[in-house]
Amino acid sequence: MPKRTDIKKILLIGAGPIVIGQACEFDYSGTQACKALREEGFEIVLVNSNPATIMTDPEIAPHTYLEPLTVDFLELIIEKERPDAILPTLGGQTGLNLAVELWERGILEKYKVELLGAKYDVIKKAEDRKKFKESCLKVGLDLPKSSFAYNMEEAEAAVKDIGFPCIIRSSFTLGGIGGSIVYSQEEFEAKARRGIESSMIHEILIEESIEGWKEYELEVMRDRKDNVVIVCSIENLDPMGIHTGDSITVAPAQTLTDREYQQMRDQALKLIREIGVETGGSNIQFAVNPQNGRMVVIEMNPRVSRSSALASKATGFPIAKFAAKLAVGYSLDEIRNDITRETPASFEPVIDYCVIKIPRFTFEKFPEAKDVLGVQMKSVGETMAIGRTFKEALQKGLRGLEIHHTGFDNAMDYRIVADEKMLLRLREPNASRIFYIKYALQKGMTVDELERITRIDRWFLAHMKQLVDFEREMIVEVELSRTLAPRTLRKAKEWGFSDPQLAEIMDCSESAVRDLRKQHGIVATFKGVDTCAAEFEAYTPYFYSTYETEDEAVLRNQKIDREVKTPRRKIVILGGGPNRIGQGIEFDYCCCHAAFALRERGYETIMVNSNPETVSTDYDTSDRLYFEPLTFEDVMNILDIEKPDGVIVQFGGQTPLNLARRLCQAGAPIIGTSVDSIDVAENRERFAQLLNQLGIAQPRNATASSVAQVVAAALQVGYPVLVRPSYVLGGRAMRIVYDEESLLGFIDEVSDVSRGHPILIDKFLEDAMEVDVDAICDGKDVYVAGVMEHIENAGIHSGDSACVLPPHTLSESVIAEIKDYTCRLALALKVVGLLNIQFAVKGDKIYVLEVNPRASRTVPFVSKAIGAPLAKIAARIMVGEKLSSFSLPDIDHLGQVAVKECVLPFSRFSGVDIILGPEMKSTGEVMGLAPTFGAAFAKSQFAANQGLPRKGSVFISVNEHDKRNIAFMAKRLHDLGFKIFATKGTAKVLRSSGVASSILDKTGEGDNNILAMLQKNGIELVINTPSGKTSQSDMRKIRAAAIMHNIPCITTLQGAWAAVHGIESTLKEGFTVGSLQAYYQKMSKA
Amino acid sequence: MKDALLCLEDGTSFRGTALSTSGEAAGEAVFNTALSGYQEVLTDPSYAGQIVVMTYPLIGNYGVNFEDMESDRVHVRGFVVKEFCREHSNFRATESLVSYLDRHQIIAIEGVDTRALTRHLRVAGAMKAMISTTDLDPVSLKAKLALVPSMEGADWVRTVACQKAHIYKAVAKKMFKVVVIDCGIKLNILREMAALGIESYVVPPTTSAAEILAQQADGIFLSNGPGDPAALPYIVKTVRELIGKLPIFGICLGHQMLGLALGGRTYKLKFGHHGCNHPVKDLESGRIGITSQNHGFCVDLKSLDKSQIEASHINLNDQTVEGLRHKKYPLFSVQYHPEAAPGPNDAKYLFTQFIQLMEKYKKDHA
Repeated sequence: MPKRTDIKKILLIGAGPIVIGQACEFDYSGTQACKALREEGFEIVLVNSNPATIMTDPEIAPHTYLEPLTVDFLELIIEKERPDAILPTLGGQTGLNLAVELWERGILEKYKVELLGAKYDVIKKAEDRKKFKESCLKVGLDLPKSSFAYNMEEAEAAVKDIGFPCIIRSSFTLGGIGGSIVYSQEEFEAKARRGIESSMIHEILIEESIEGWKEYELEVMRDRKDNVVIVCSIENLDPMGIHTGDSITVAPAQTLTDREYQQMRDQALKLIREIGVETGGSNIQFAVNPQNGRMVVIEMNPRVSRSSALASKATGFPIAKFAAKLAVGYSLDEIRNDITRETPASFEPVIDYCVIKIPRFTFEKFPEAKDVLGVQMKSVGETMAIGRTFKEALQKGLRGLEIHHTGFDNAMDYRIVADEKMLLRLREPNASRIFYIKYALQKGMTVDELERITRIDRWFLAHMKQLVDFEREMIVEVELSRTLAPRTLRKAKEWGFSDPQLAEIMDCSESAVRDLRKQHGIVATFKGVDTCAAEFEAYTPYFYSTYETEDEAVLRNQKIDREVKTPRRKIVILGGGPNRIGQGIEFDYCCCHAAFALRERGYETIMVNSNPETVSTDYDTSDRLYFEPLTFEDVMNILDIEKPDGVIVQFGGQTPLNLARRLCQAGAPIIGTSVDSIDVAENRERFAQLLNQLGIAQPRNATASSVAQVVAAALQVGYPVLVRPSYVLGGRAMRIVYDEESLLGFIDEVSDVSRGHPILIDKFLEDAMEVDVDAICDGKDVYVAGVMEHIENAGIHSGDSACVLPPHTLSESVIAEIKDYTCRLALALKVVGLLNIQFAVKGDKIYVLEVNPRASRTVPFVSKAIGAPLAKIAARIMVGEKLSSFSLPDIDHLGQVAVKECVLPFSRFSGVDIILGPEMKSTGEVMGLAPTFGAAFAKSQFAANQGLPRKGSVFISVNEHDKRNIAFMAKRLHDLGFKIFATKGTAKVLRSSGVASSILDKTGEGDNNILAMLQKNGIELVINTPSGKTSQSDMRKIRAAAIMHNIPCITTLQGAWAAVHGIESTLKEGFTVGSLQAYYQKMSKA
Repeated sequence: MKDALLCLEDGTSFRGTALSTSGEAAGEAVFNTALSGYQEVLTDPSYAGQIVVMTYPLIGNYGVNFEDMESDRVHVRGFVVKEFCREHSNFRATESLVSYLDRHQIIAIEGVDTRALTRHLRVAGAMKAMISTTDLDPVSLKAKLALVPSMEGADWVRTVACQKAHIYKAVAKKMFKVVVIDCGIKLNILREMAALGIESYVVPPTTSAAEILAQQADGIFLSNGPGDPAALPYIVKTVRELIGKLPIFGICLGHQMLGLALGGRTYKLKFGHHGCNHPVKDLESGRIGITSQNHGFCVDLKSLDKSQIEASHINLNDQTVEGLRHKKYPLFSVQYHPEAAPGPNDAKYLFTQFIQLMEKYKKDHA
């Protein structure tokens, strides 16, 4: 069935900002889909509010809307663009939900827009629990047993069939009491009774517990001719009960016999047909009882997912690209497999390696939250590793996580881990359980015991035990002969031991291990990822390292050398590794741009990264892809065989930057800003010297080690001070302290983090405005690309504050001075490439807070706001082009205002207060683009899913400091028609300024308190600024309640002001939508 | 651990370590790309005389069990893997793969760069190979290999087929009786047919057409089996005599013999099809099935009389013939394995088609 010709224009919905559970995998899938559909000649209209995505680059689609992903905005876009169809299955759950809402509100019918990929009733059938169950039963699939009960007799009858353990959930309870697990009859009676009583409709759901069962996933594709293939099977190392996004998973499935695997496959085929997913990819999850093999269906996602991105990277089969082609009418046999070129896409990939995915957590950012894992996803990123064996893949994956582990290593001495703690950490799933398994094995726990305690399949545990046993053998060998025999060394490398791990075992340096093994010819070899286990020739160079006999990357280089007379110059781009808070999609965006730009300029681009979610690890993005951990050893292995002309370290965030010095010392040709300049910017003393020379101010600061010194230094610098340990794990523990008491408390808290490293003390500039600048320098000229004024005052991490470009309150002279400082700093640091500077402006005095001679988080935002691809330009500068050869936009006359707003993950971490501070907590960002600040800000709020109200009630409670400024704002809100509620103190201030408000208690019984008002949706907006020293617990409850009820809660005065502007603009002007392309066109004419 | 060497006919060699069984094993080296199903592969009689290289590197993960045997013994001549799993996990497992192979005294080598080996076989083609635990000199092994007979022209069927006729009963009610010419049949074919109400009367491949017809069966099944179909003129002759007399269904070697009996030719594929992911298109329905395959030889469509015989299925990877149908006589055959084991169940419908063919024949000749 060839391509459909009755549709021409297709609207593609992106997934919006990066949040936990929905990350850059949807940029990868959406970008692939866009490219695939454009290739087929369709006109694409793309909507996504996330500026850090590749898909929103103006070259990817002809009509790109950086607009909020809400039904109202989508309707405006549909009305304007009149697409023939919508493809919602590539934009995650956001895309699917919007499609459902558009359909339900009759908008699709009104504008005659067809749903591609999954129809409305298909989405409903897959997502509605009841309908899904019916469908499964209809085609004979087993599900966990479950039954509703309305009284104890029914409950007793139900549990007879279901058995123990079971889960009791009561329906419609106040406060949403979760399910509870029941192990025995006695327990059951009490809990069932309580459940029935607490349910408003006296209903409980009794469910069979399948916690601890083996969990599997299949990635399935179907075309319009009803051909179905399984792209990949995935087995979870962590059993049922832990969200699959938080589980370590492997591909392919390991512990199913062919008979069981085929049974699972048959069920998947039946299910996708019954649900009726017409075209595209779906993900189906199964659980298997390890005792008897009973197989039950858990759920199905009728769209591409995080797992499908993983499956694509794990096999080389581009699910999203093919899903897009299937959606417009092609069948699987009509699509070629890009990798083999000869064979069609209607096959099932096979692999000849083992793939592991390990989630990356950032619990250290939320110390109040427990790092215990369960059914709600909490990880913020993941790394994938490929090895010829599970052992190798596991070790590569663990070092690829970049959490200071060099593999399945000994970061902590197992002898000092208390048995009780170890048992608890084994039993209760948590972010570092895998390392506790190692301690347990080292302490002599058996695989049987571990299997019983962790319920992790013995297959995985036995491999881990092999690693522990072999490590012990190596230690003995070193004790006897002071070194390792070549044969042992080779086996160690084959089993994934890193050089640092071996250095520890051999008690020598990492470089000594490296030299020794090279001397014995033990070097990494590279193998291809080709969808077919080498059955056919692969044309796509996608490699991973292992220790084998044949090196396909070297063979390929030799072939190119033979065939090509003038080989292209090679540039290696080091990626950012797993996403984490503070280092995410923005850096991947920059890496992709470097690859695109240099490829266009005729270079051979080589990408190194370990993050399966990204566009950078799409085999199409660069000329060569190495899916490898970003460690010195792994990167050097690649540089050894590729011998590149340049290595780019400034685009992948802190990860490659941290490697820069060692790579440089090892002779790697790092291009762009020199490693020495990076050091000047990062070394406090050298940096202070430089600023002194240039006559540029920075806040007073000091470095001190002992407690007495720190206290003295703080006094000298003057409170309030910003303090942090100089050596911090994951950017942890930065705080503003206002007095000695809190300073001492801080020192106490971080003593184990900083472990003897000094503490850095900076004067904290209260009420200062923060400004971010992105610039490009070629060593001679400087282009200041964006001056961003933060909405929130200094003291809130730049990644967590909203910002506006161009600045809306800064005076021209301040802006001019900032630009001047930027140019002087760039030239003094001899920057070649990108540069980001953070300034604080207090009054008209300007201070430099930080200089980062690398790509920053705001590069994609600025690029889109001004219409110039900064990362691409910077990459070209780094290979020797000059700024003067580019025509760059005049940023003083943009004609539009762009607002960046961040998105925070608070709802995922119960017990965590939502206030912002100097430590970054946001996971993603959105952009609002409009002619005025108010409209742009309002759009950014809608995009960040905290839409501003048009009418209703506002609750205000501010700290002492903010009280003097609140009255005017409250009056404005009052004049706009809002009813004002306030706490006693705030109300008093308002009254004295002539603003009427009703008083609400912070706590207490009855209706006259804020919590009750929030509960019954009586408040549309909360403005609450926490007091400086400690956040009061009452206020904390209010903020938590606002988050729970999805009511926008603003915690800074500046944020509140921006919101008032936004509301005003919404009420007066309404909204218009426009594409980036139209905006740039207008700009170039102006 | 004992060292072992795998040496190919062209002198290429790979080092590894052996399991318990010592000695030398020679055969044709072929690679299999299935991710699961090693037990079925090991016991599939079609692999007689072959050294099987598994491209998936972790083999033995789920142990072995009683139910998934495709015959009563291991048929592969030698087994090559990257890593054997020593601690398996599966609720049905009764034994580890390593102990099973040791018990059956199979010479196996692990630690081999099986991907390099596969790439070599893909380019150079399937060839003779030897695994040795006693002689680790590639030159000497190469010399020994020169004396090993080639797969082409050799009759391997005699070594694996049954010696005596026997019955494989239908599950539940017997609806049909089929004479199975056993050239090394996989048990799952018999299981699948039995599940559909077919009683199989399994006869040795030397059974004459007259003896077969004397069974008064509803149909004839030509089984899979090892080796070169051109080396089996005695069976081809029998098949030729049976054409048109009763409905016939052939699988794999059975398909090739039918091709030969219909006057066609077979040829050797460069490295064969051995795996579970080959896309096959049913030319009648247009549907694509993912199929289980295991063959080194192939029927040449051009050699057949187009007016009589048509291709019913093709392989979408390399366009080779995957199925034949006679325009006049009630017979059809497929090159791949609808019984799977290992592999997907997408082609199970062919057994139903066989039953429909027998039903129609019965009605037409009632």
